[in-house]
Amino acid sequence: MSKRIDVGDLNVYYGSFLAVEGVSMAIEARSVTAFIGPSGCGKSTFIRTLNRMHEVIPGARVEGKVMLDGEDLYGANVDPVTVRRQVGMVFQRPNPFPTMSIRDNVLAGMKLNSNRLRKSEADDIVERSLKGANLWNEVKDRLDKPGSGLSGGQQQRLCIARAIAVQPEVLLMDEPCSALDPISTLAIEDLIGELKQNYTIVIVTHNMQQAARVSDRTAFFNIAGTGKPGKLIEMDDTTKIFTNPSVKATEDYVSGRFG
Amino acid sequence: MTTTAKPPPTERPTATPRAKARPGDRIFSRSAQVAGILILIILAGVAAFLVREALPTFSADPSEIDGGEGFFSYVWPLVFGTLAAAVIALIVATPLALGIALFISHYAPRRLAQGLGYIVDLLAAIPSVVFGLWGIQWLAPQVQPAWSWLADNLGFIPLFTGPASATGRTMMTAGLVLAVMILPIITAISREVFLQTPTLHEEAALALGATRWEMIRVAVIPFGRPGIISGIMLGLGRALGETMAVAMVLSTGGFTWSMVTSGNNTIAAEIALDFPESSGLKTNTLIAAGLVLFAITLAVNMFARWIVSRRSEFSGAN
Repeated sequence: MSKRIDVGDLNVYYGSFLAVEGVSMAIEARSVTAFIGPSGCGKSTFIRTLNRMHEVIPGARVEGKVMLDGEDLYGANVDPVTVRRQVGMVFQRPNPFPTMSIRDNVLAGMKLNSNRLRKSEADDIVERSLKGANLWNEVKDRLDKPGSGLSGGQQQRLCIARAIAVQPEVLLMDEPCSALDPISTLAIEDLIGELKQNYTIVIVTHNMQQAARVSDRTAFFNIAGTGKPGKLIEMDDTTKIFTNPSVKATEDYVSGRFG
Repeated sequence: MTTTAKPPPTERPTATPRAKARPGDRIFSRSAQVAGILILIILAGVAAFLVREALPTFSADPSEIDGGEGFFSYVWPLVFGTLAAAVIALIVATPLALGIALFISHYAPRRLAQGLGYIVDLLAAIPSVVFGLWGIQWLAPQVQPAWSWLADNLGFIPLFTGPASATGRTMMTAGLVLAVMILPIITAISREVFLQTPTLHEEAALALGATRWEMIRVAVIPFGRPGIISGIMLGLGRALGETMAVAMVLSTGGFTWSMVTSGNNTIAAEIALDFPESSGLKTNTLIAAGLVLFAITLAVNMFARWIVSRRSEFSGAN
């Protein structure tokens, strides 16, 4: 489990519009990498190219390379479906399947991957995943209740449990706490700290304290103006980005002088 | 807690501060109320008329009813015919309609999808008389060989007992015409609910590594289930009540299990065909048959409501 990602000179287009330009970076295995930057700078667009979720939007395409432990995610014979089974994703708003119970939500990915699951196997996966998402104690007595009946923070942890149930190599999180209250946010941040022992984690956040708290490496994205492409300005150890960044724009942003 | 909060009894009106009633609000709420009550009055009026006019049938001597054996033995073959035609129509139309709806909402390129949507909606604009003509003149001869084949090869099943009608004007053909007629309604409603599936849920499925079909199975169809059921029930309602097309296409006759010979009739078609020349007790009998149809449709709708509400906890509305 857990692989590194190397991105080489990646451009992302929506139709003919260049949204993100020339991103190269290395994301280490078993670490947390945070993307920060002002709204519209292409962080979310970029993170979606790491599991080819941007292809859901008509006209979206990339140029360049994304290597998962040396394997090109955009190779000619690579199916986006297999990519997404290796690179899981958690979204901004919690999105458990409303028609499924808590248990079925956790098993949703497993049921897609392997059609037959023995009950004991399924029980193990449910327990392991929910424990992994720090949700087991709260829901173990109501696994057959709908997932949409949980609180927002619990729903988001249910989504994390669903994502880790299929044991992906990488876990992408696109602003996972932006719809949550501070206590639920703390629970997710603690969880991220535990998950990085087993997974490569990439997180987009607008909350700079959060980036400083949870991440090992931080990448700062910026945009020159409306209609211009977003760019990776600087990427370094989190402590360095927040104390002594090498680019002026980064310092202005993290110290709150703009953005 | 019980004694301290008690307000002085004389000041009751001020205890609940009410918003000032504005004329616009009042007009709107009144007219909505009137519209709502009007529906109930119309429904009650129709039901009362049916019951009143049907009553003589139930008190009459059984030998005077059409067929000479009482109302029940008169009406049950018609009920069977009505249900059989509707069931055939649903079996044919439902999978087709869901397929078209999914194609339009999730597979077709946007421009093709729009055009296709309009064409399906146009089907609903064709008058049922025209469907009837089409059924007699074109469809019946085309499908007759298929019914002959069914009679020859699957004749041991009571539903396909031969000999097949040489004109093709059978229950199966009537069912097919009904299927085409209810196709647009099921398609339109399913398409609308499929389009309303939250992107969030679709992306959740895709991010787990679902293929497009798996995404539809996991996110789109469960979300649209109540809508699909409503669409099917509306289609069923139309199929049960459809008069003209069945009256024209079907070569009516007495009860038979076979769907590929002439024979059988539906309540609606029976009323349409016999009412103009009926008088006296026969009129009451036909109205009683109408009452039965009314009851069937009501039961179907209540059943559909029950299905939709049964798992409302899981509907995503909470």
